[in-house]
Amino acid sequence: MSKSRIYLDYAATTPLDAGVLKKMMPYLTDKYGNPSSIHKFGQEGSSAIDEARKKVARFLNCKPMEIVFTGSASESDNLAIRGLIKALKHKKQAGERIHIITSKIEHKAVLETCRDLEKEGIRITYLPVGPDGLINLDDLRAEITPETDLVSIMYANNEIGSVQSIKKIGKIISEINKNEEHPTYFHVDAVQAANWLDCRVDDLKVDLLTLSAHKIYGPKGVGILYIKEGTPIASLITGGSHEWKLRAGTENVAGIVGIGEVIAKIRNTKAEIRKMEILRNKLVDGVLENVQGSKVNGSKRPEERLPNIVNFSFLGVEGESLVIALNEEGIAVSTGSACTSTSLMPSHVLIAMGLPELDAHSSLRVSMGRYTTVKEIDYFIKILPRVVEKLRKISGR
Amino acid sequence: MPIYNKQIMQHFTNPKFFGKINNPDVIGKAGNPRCGDLLTLYLKIDEKSRRIKGIKFETLGCASAIASSDMICKLAKGKTLEQALKIDFQDVSDELGTLPPLKIHCAQLVTEALSDAINKYK
Repeated sequence: MSKSRIYLDYAATTPLDAGVLKKMMPYLTDKYGNPSSIHKFGQEGSSAIDEARKKVARFLNCKPMEIVFTGSASESDNLAIRGLIKALKHKKQAGERIHIITSKIEHKAVLETCRDLEKEGIRITYLPVGPDGLINLDDLRAEITPETDLVSIMYANNEIGSVQSIKKIGKIISEINKNEEHPTYFHVDAVQAANWLDCRVDDLKVDLLTLSAHKIYGPKGVGILYIKEGTPIASLITGGSHEWKLRAGTENVAGIVGIGEVIAKIRNTKAEIRKMEILRNKLVDGVLENVQGSKVNGSKRPEERLPNIVNFSFLGVEGESLVIALNEEGIAVSTGSACTSTSLMPSHVLIAMGLPELDAHSSLRVSMGRYTTVKEIDYFIKILPRVVEKLRKISGR
Repeated sequence: MPIYNKQIMQHFTNPKFFGKINNPDVIGKAGNPRCGDLLTLYLKIDEKSRRIKGIKFETLGCASAIASSDMICKLAKGKTLEQALKIDFQDVSDELGTLPPLKIHCAQLVTEALSDAINKYK
């Protein structure tokens, strides 16, 4: 067992489904045509893309023409936010302001995009979150004004797994829109939610929704943006007329086939969620019981969290050193702390939740998935206390 | 995530100098909660020769902060205070086979803690 590797970082990426790879292979070999070509080679590619688009549309309960394939979820977030603002700018009168509401715990792809737009003079409101990692809907209601153009809120957080009430937010916005001549659009980054939660866009009342293939056992390098018919959007990558003229560039046919296949396989049923919750509870109970001075960050209520992501803090230990030490034991997890990124600052998510800096630096994210076993969780719980104890001896805390 | 080299990993997984010294002659500190690294050096100093005869560390921090702490202890032990003050962060980094660029501040942190201790003792 100790020689094998244990992967508990499914929120970072998931392994590619073997069946899906098989479906992708022809488009990496024999069926290499450019989908824009009108001969047989090209048609093979373009009809494969059509099929994939239909599968995605079925999952989201929307029209195929409302789906745009991109190169990543980050690109989709950028297209949603920048693309909308770019299109609105053309429509606005001189002096009319643009306003975006988002939250302090968004993925960097949204947060940094908003910060960038802020430099261009666009007003951005960053909603706070409570210790549970959730925004307050009254806060949101209070911030929406007639000049608000966009609300961008993530469905489920990638660091702590907290789930926002997207359906309620969608309802609030659509009710406000009834009395407004200029609508507020609603974008949702649903990357972490897709495996577990209802993503039907009509249910959620969203205008824009981001998905990623590699978080749902698909290939890397493919993202999706759902754009509700009639939503103003301008292309960020200009060139050919690919993807309804919203994303120029020859399509990643194999990748798109992959995301179509993988999305059709998602079974976000109660039984699947329950199965993961049992594993999660075992993990949480085992860790809290065996490691003194440990705690779980974020909401404890099942309906407010994903079943597969747990964020712990271990007092007296720094997250990165814990990740490196566990890696030596063959266990792959990650830190909520941004210590290894360029900033050296603690996680913006945990800080927004009100965690003291040292607690935020002592965090560890464990994320499980389709192939996680009880045996692996047992092994993790067996190894962890010793590793934490050793680091505490070094820290003297 | 930076991939640490063998030397760094060795000093991280098997540090030789961690722990407290009872009745130290002086204590040096560096770091802040914001960056997540907090370190304390405990020194025993021979009054006559002004040599560091004992040195230990306690470090809350990332793997390279722990490795750098162990290295500064190794480098400082047996040196006179004047010699020890001359150890700079580049020496610590070099002895560890070069820290990743993002982690160079760890070497600066440990030299800060050592200077803090020595300056207090003086």
